[in-house]
Amino acid sequence: MAIGSEQVLHIAALARLELGAAEIAEMQRDLGAILDYVEQLRGLDVADVEPMTHAATLATPLRDDAVVTPPGAAALANAPARAGDLVAVPRFLE
Amino acid sequence: MNDHRGFESVIGLEVHAQLLTRSKIFCGCPTAFGATPNSHVCPVCLGHPGALPVLNRAAVEHAVRFGLAIGCRINQRSVFARKNYFYPDLPKGYQISQFDRPLCEHGQLVVDVDGQPRPIGIIRVHLEEDAGKNLHQGSDPSRSYVDYNRAGVPLAEIVSAPDLRSPAEAVAYLRELRAILIYLESCDGNMQEGSFRCDANVSVRPVGQSALGTRTELKNINSFKFVAQALEHEIERQIDVLADGGQVEQETRLWDEEAHRTRPMRGKEESHDYRYFPDPDLLPLVVDDGWLERLRRERPLLPADRRARLQGELGLPAPDVAMLVEDKALGDYFEAALSRCPGNPRAVANWVVNDVQALVKNAVGGAAACPVAPDALGALIGLVDAGVVASAGARQVFFELAAGRASDPAVAARALGVELVDDSAALAAAVDQVIASSGAEVDKYRAGKKQVIGYLVGQVLRRLGGKVDPKQVNELLRRRLDA
Ligand SMILES: [Zn+2]
Repeated sequence: MAIGSEQVLHIAALARLELGAAEIAEMQRDLGAILDYVEQLRGLDVADVEPMTHAATLATPLRDDAVVTPPGAAALANAPARAGDLVAVPRFLE
Repeated sequence: MNDHRGFESVIGLEVHAQLLTRSKIFCGCPTAFGATPNSHVCPVCLGHPGALPVLNRAAVEHAVRFGLAIGCRINQRSVFARKNYFYPDLPKGYQISQFDRPLCEHGQLVVDVDGQPRPIGIIRVHLEEDAGKNLHQGSDPSRSYVDYNRAGVPLAEIVSAPDLRSPAEAVAYLRELRAILIYLESCDGNMQEGSFRCDANVSVRPVGQSALGTRTELKNINSFKFVAQALEHEIERQIDVLADGGQVEQETRLWDEEAHRTRPMRGKEESHDYRYFPDPDLLPLVVDDGWLERLRRERPLLPADRRARLQGELGLPAPDVAMLVEDKALGDYFEAALSRCPGNPRAVANWVVNDVQALVKNAVGGAAACPVAPDALGALIGLVDAGVVASAGARQVFFELAAGRASDPAVAARALGVELVDDSAALAAAVDQVIASSGAEVDKYRAGKKQVIGYLVGQVLRRLGGKVDPKQVNELLRRRLDA
């Protein structure tokens, strides 16, 4: 199934990816192949099949509502910029 | 309904309620409000590579209890999905939410505006994580700042159908929703601190048209007052646009509290293209029969239950009922005081909605932190009913209790000297003296000017230092004068 370069660029922009011309062509091919595969699946009758969201059939484990002391400043050691206790980012408007 | 220039408004609300868990939804970081910025964070809620979320059972229970309270179908198998977008307050680049298989669906809430109850559909209730908090005032004007303490706090997102037809209905819906969450002890309902937040979808259409108009989304409305104002302004704005032959643009607008109007969000939004997909880090959430049954059985008291009791069973006046239902702590206080003085619910309600309410209006914890114990108030009202103190004296006793100078109303009444004199001889003597010395008034009374009795009662009370029940004085005077 063909996928246009504008569609690839739109998806790339949403994912904040910058693609060169060669990469766009490559993505068109790869994504097209994935869509072809999905198209094949569409031909199957799955009316009685429970939709699958995960390869494992288990239920998600749950934890009790207990506080674990957070690691503190170490968790933020890799923040690109800090200002006191806060993480600093380029200014943006809401 | 809300017919403006031939248009009607159509409103749907999205509420985000922070659930009252001790720890976050997918990690053990504390949820307490007001901590040092970025002190409640860990690799999971900061989205460090390799960190895995584990779902908090209590968050699920809050959402299911709420879903049951509003008559939702509980999906015993629901799925967490990633909602992908980039924003500084979202450390992972996606929010863990629920998409096509939410935990609860198809609920309903009845709102009552001016005695016209209307059912409002609730499309879904799902679990998700909160984002961090952005701050824009700092030392460097080229920067914004982020506190991630809130990132990962559990939220229930509650989405109504576009069934609301006026700002008043929208506010009534929000109040009821908030009351239910507070009754369930699932959310503290604090709009200022952002633990109960509301976005509104608003459109208008000509009356009689069934197709919906183009809607705008209103954000940033953090009090009931602003919800009503923002909706009213936005409805008028849209009608102005349409009446001028223009078209409403689908956009997100913010309520500007100072300018008192809505304005478009400045940062041009990207299309809502979140590319949801099931979160591979989380298996489906299964609420098995036993768990669901237990939560169903545990059904706690709800606002509707209390409303039915106060209105139907006790016959209290509507304004008292409204106040005692919406403010759960005040309603609890009322019930506790009433259990001490079960014979007189009207008097208890009157004291609670006036005197207790005035006392605790601005107190943290509300009526639960009232310095006058409900039991003491019940006992005090009992003293009034038994004729031991008059209502003026009772008020003095109440203030004595409120100031912490006494805890037993009977002891306080004695200490203040407001106990009524139970001495019929003294009372009879005072009545006789007043009748003898108030010839003019007595003549007027006998000539038919019955209202002078008030003056005569006052004279008797003065002679006895106020320590008699005015009702008793009134009766005795009438008996003598009418004889
Ligand atoms: Zn954490």
